[in-house]
Amino acid sequence: MSWQPTASLAALKARAKLIDDIRAFFKARNILEVETPLLSASTGTDPHINAIQTKSGHYLQTSPEFAMKRLLASGSGPIFQICKAFRDEEIGQYHRQEFTMLEWYRPGFDHYQLMDETDALLQTVFDIHTAARRVSYQALFEHHLDINPHQVDIKTLRELAMQHHIFTDQLNSKDDYLDLLFYHCLQPTLQQATFVYHYPTSQAALAKIHGNIAERFELFLSGIELANGFHELCDPVEQQQRFNNDVAKRQQLGKAAVTIDQRFLAALEHSLPHCAGIALGIDRLLMITLNCDRIDATISFANEIEDS
Amino acid sequence: MASFATNEMRNGTRVLVDGDPHSIINNEMVKPGKGQAFNRIKMRNLKTGRVIEKTLKSGDSLEAADVMEIEVQYLYNDGEHWHFMHPETFEQYATSAAAVVDARQWLKENDICQLTLWNNEPLSVLPPNFVTLRISETDPGVKGDTAGTGGKPAKLESGATVRVPLFVQTGELVKVDTRTGEYVSRVKE
Repeated sequence: MSWQPTASLAALKARAKLIDDIRAFFKARNILEVETPLLSASTGTDPHINAIQTKSGHYLQTSPEFAMKRLLASGSGPIFQICKAFRDEEIGQYHRQEFTMLEWYRPGFDHYQLMDETDALLQTVFDIHTAARRVSYQALFEHHLDINPHQVDIKTLRELAMQHHIFTDQLNSKDDYLDLLFYHCLQPTLQQATFVYHYPTSQAALAKIHGNIAERFELFLSGIELANGFHELCDPVEQQQRFNNDVAKRQQLGKAAVTIDQRFLAALEHSLPHCAGIALGIDRLLMITLNCDRIDATISFANEIEDS
Repeated sequence: MASFATNEMRNGTRVLVDGDPHSIINNEMVKPGKGQAFNRIKMRNLKTGRVIEKTLKSGDSLEAADVMEIEVQYLYNDGEHWHFMHPETFEQYATSAAAVVDARQWLKENDICQLTLWNNEPLSVLPPNFVTLRISETDPGVKGDTAGTGGKPAKLESGATVRVPLFVQTGELVKVDTRTGEYVSRVKE
């Protein structure tokens, strides 16, 4: 057990500067900085995200999304937040259970406009003048694996995983195979800054669905997933339906039941302005800035729990 | 039956895959922001030495392999088997050539080795990190030479060949690091 920090002083200075740069970027654009609770009575329903629960049954937030959308519904205008988020059992080279997130929302923006703004932020913090590449989820799969991810069947995906020597027990979900192939075969090719957009509707999360695609995008840099953005779903009926689907899926996967955020649903019923929003991992951005390959080198005390 | 879930698999954890014992050498969680978490697990087959990679859904588990290591004394080789003995229980173990494939060239009678057992059967033998062995054959060196030049090959009594300084002669004892196969020093008798 070591009392010493996992990050160097140089890394801590780089973190302070990065956060200064981010604040200056948003301030120059008149975007309001906000704070929302880290401790909440309810949590997200995403079947693959596990919240940490306190003894009293409250949750450490897995993202500030719902609270920030309630601010938007109350007329806040554009807002950003730099905060801690918590996800149980996520520990690895790119994961910590407690991590720092930048999240911001732009009323009136769609996902294309938010990609523009995210690109501008990247160019500012890296002091570069080259725009990020943009490629659709479908084009990426077509180019590297010669399949249309929206139409392919699970049998073909299974064979493709075998062909690429990804040894795994049989998976029962098409999305699991898409994730697996994406991680093994596509993500390593995304070294230069790349926005991947228009995910399958089954992976819409909280993005608007338009035809057969979800208006969701992700940002990759140095082969690392850095941010996830949505043209945000505003329809309370559809939102309730997605919550119900998630709750059913959680049950099917044997995940802990969660309390649906009724305050968030009430805010949607009141009216959430059309907007786009994005969450970006600050620690991972720092990994790239510092050119280090482990997230713990960017966090002052990254292994407090793991080492105890 | 005992098993390990993905979050319990550490470096060195022994698991059964396709009927063979494997030792985990790397376990990396991979998780897209929205989607199933996986663990990408690299492991070495303890029978063949081959390294494989397997991707498991986080939370899935693998059966534990009953593998353990014990310290044993090397006794002799009868041409077919290598014989070892536990120094306290005096229990004897006979291994095939496959189990000593890496170790045999360093084995000297009475040396203490590490024996890996799988279901109580010998799987592999690890020689001591340092062994002292007699040189059975090497070219005569040049007088006045000191360590640091290129050296020369020397055959050891156990069968291994190592590079030694030119001043080291046939019949002398040398200390060798078996992990690198490098000469360390001469040993006075």
